[in-house]
Amino acid sequence: MILVEWLLLIFLIVCAIAVSISKNLLNSVIIFMSYSLVMAVIWVLLRSPDLAITEAAVGAGVTSVLFFLALRKIGKLEHNKDDENN
Amino acid sequence: MNEEIKLIWQKFFNWVSGNGPRPENEVIPPEPPPDLPFTQKPKDKYTRFHEATLKERYNQWLEIHGLHIFSLIYSGLSVLTCIVIVCLLLATVAELPPFGDEKNPANNEVIRRYVEHGGHETGAQNIVAGLILDYRAFDTFGESAVLFTAAVSVLMILGVSRRNNIEESSPDLNESGQNFLERAPPVNFHEIRQDDSILRAVASLSIPAILLMGCVVVINGHLTPGGGFSGGAILSTALILCANAFGFERVHKFFNERTFIISSSTALMIYALSKGYSFFTGANHFHSIIPKGTIGNILSGGLILPLNICVGLIVAGTLYGFYALFSRGDI
Repeated sequence: MILVEWLLLIFLIVCAIAVSISKNLLNSVIIFMSYSLVMAVIWVLLRSPDLAITEAAVGAGVTSVLFFLALRKIGKLEHNKDDENN
Repeated sequence: MNEEIKLIWQKFFNWVSGNGPRPENEVIPPEPPPDLPFTQKPKDKYTRFHEATLKERYNQWLEIHGLHIFSLIYSGLSVLTCIVIVCLLLATVAELPPFGDEKNPANNEVIRRYVEHGGHETGAQNIVAGLILDYRAFDTFGESAVLFTAAVSVLMILGVSRRNNIEESSPDLNESGQNFLERAPPVNFHEIRQDDSILRAVASLSIPAILLMGCVVVINGHLTPGGGFSGGAILSTALILCANAFGFERVHKFFNERTFIISSSTALMIYALSKGYSFFTGANHFHSIIPKGTIGNILSGGLILPLNICVGLIVAGTLYGFYALFSRGDI
């Protein structure tokens, strides 16, 4: 169990660094989402399921949706799609 | 001297009575021709290197290397600032008491009281729910009020301009909701969503499950982990998914601006009144008429169950309202 916790914590650190150095904003939001999901698992391992539920619902759900919305508002999602088509 | 005072008085009088210069009467002076880039400027009288003064040599050197050096200094300073802040934070972390130590300042008599007497004092099996909705219910009330205020201010800022536009352009159409929806600016969702049968199938399967999950988390908040805030967030994700898969019109049928305002303000009022009653009776040692119930039953925990439902309603409405306002400009 300790090993799993260490793995998750290392994943958290990698995610936190990857969010800031990723050039693509969409990738950043998705990495941030996975960060929140792993954080929820860690909350369960730390025996605070209340926080885990809130983290999963707010961090991985609503916040990411609002981030995607912001990306679409500033035109980053369409831009990426055009790049792929070209 | 007298003339000057008269002139100043005349200017002041003009300014007060509004006879001053007006922007529409001002004559815009013709723009001077743009400066030549420094490479094409006529050369100064010192053409040879040794004849230039020290200051001119310095200026020349600065024109060539200045930008590079400035960016170097800039990035170096930013890295230095980051390192200093990181060191400060790490030093602070090193000063913190060890994790889980029993002599930590957080382990005081308050926690012991909550853990030992929380069950029969609040009637809630989930001590966290009893803590945030009974002992510390005022904090949760503040949270809900802040969320509601934020949603209302977003509604004011983003909703008013659109409404004004519609009233100016077509005063006879703004009453009917159909035309209001048709006048919405084309959102990309409509283009993306056409014939998206996969999204619709997945959404129609998962929305009932998500809604049930949210209701369970809200209603069992005093028995199991969860509560109003997390359950409300789950409910709002179901609403957002429904709006994405089937369009905002589908959600608009049962949840519009009117419903949002009425449900949220009613929930806040119920919260404030019921909790005010229980604080009043508790502080004055009166007998409260609210029964505690047996621990573990669904109808237990005194006010915690209705308060959870209130908070869940507010959070669900607000988070969906944020999404709808930012994507469409209207709930």
